[in-house]
Amino acid sequence: MSVPMSLLAMLDERPMYGLELRNEFEARTGGVWPLNVGQVYTTLGRLERDGLVTLIDEQGGNKTYRITEAGRSQLASWFARPDRTPAPARDELVLKLLMALSRPTPDVLAVIQAERRVHLERLQEFTRLKADAAGPDDLGWLFLLDSLIFKAEAGVRWLDACEARIARHPRSTAPAAAPAEPAPDPVRETSP
Amino acid sequence: MTAVLELRGASRVFGTGHTEVDALVDASLVVEKGELIAVMGPSGSGKTTLLSLAGGLDRPTDGAVLVQGTDLADLSVAALAKLRRHHVGYVFQQFNLIEGLTAAENVALPLELDGVARRPARTAARAALAAVELDGLEDRVPQDLSGGEQQRVAIARAIVGDRSLLLADEPTGALDSLTGENVLRLLRRHCDAGGAGVLVTHDARFAAWANRIVFLRDGRIVDEAAGLDDPAALLPGTTSW
Repeated sequence: MSVPMSLLAMLDERPMYGLELRNEFEARTGGVWPLNVGQVYTTLGRLERDGLVTLIDEQGGNKTYRITEAGRSQLASWFARPDRTPAPARDELVLKLLMALSRPTPDVLAVIQAERRVHLERLQEFTRLKADAAGPDDLGWLFLLDSLIFKAEAGVRWLDACEARIARHPRSTAPAAAPAEPAPDPVRETSP
Repeated sequence: MTAVLELRGASRVFGTGHTEVDALVDASLVVEKGELIAVMGPSGSGKTTLLSLAGGLDRPTDGAVLVQGTDLADLSVAALAKLRRHHVGYVFQQFNLIEGLTAAENVALPLELDGVARRPARTAARAALAAVELDGLEDRVPQDLSGGEQQRVAIARAIVGDRSLLLADEPTGALDSLTGENVLRLLRRHCDAGGAGVLVTHDARFAAWANRIVFLRDGRIVDEAAGLDDPAALLPGTTSW
């Protein structure tokens, strides 16, 4: 949904053709969301089919589009509708810690620290980019960097919380490691 | 080049016998000119002990602490106090400004206590306040300044007189997110301009302003983060930024 709505938002400012839209989109998103012109025209085709944009000019091979009233109302409801996409519960890092928790090696604290270091290194780099971008013209870029920074920070805080929980609940309560050669489990082996 | 700060296998034990606590164990750390180092770790992991040793507020029970190449253990009490006044500045979570004095008077105070005449001390204070973007607020008393402004006064007081080593213990603790970011910008600027700093924080977002992040656990340095080799890899498709 997000790319078509972004194209509508930019067309709401002025009519544009595919390459212009692509360049404008990439500039506003700091290049983190690469888009090719083909994708833009495919999306514009769908928007036109749905009556949200209309083709107004085709000179020189550049198809210029304008937003329609229906497009404007779609765009308004996109802005008005809060994003309800839930954060994914199936996260590889979560899974890794859950698996590490019940094993003697690797030490779950070591896994936490390795992940935390990488999160912080990412944070350092985003912060370097932010330190270089100070001007008010960089507001969109700062929004984007802050979003990446707060997400990485959330990861670190979660890892800190995991570590604190382990400190509070000594590891003797963790399930004992399975024997090296577990007895065959007939139920599992016959299940599909 | 002489490091601004060096810890060589520094340890600090508190108490004796069965109440003995190893607050810091064999910590080695070099902070060069231009570097900001963040120290992170859970409560009680030794962060504040490390900072106290670095600033000569406390002495290691083993190992050495060098500031500008001088082993602090070789200094008399008076010489240590002098080195601290000339080279080391502190910033805390509580701004610790003196209520009845203006911003400029607060910043000039350490210089005046050090024997600098009033006029040059005030001139230096105004320059330090300008460096933290508080020009125009020099004559305000702390009560008439916001929390962020008070912390900037505290930073000015810490760097006044060209003190190179800035030690900051949770300097953003009492501040909101963007005000805290401004404090980090100033610490960063101090280091980029040829100073050096050690920042103790539990906040990853602020630690990320440092060149290196050192992790403490149970008094030991267990890991270090030093940025990535290829920041461009973080932002796929980035070309023009």
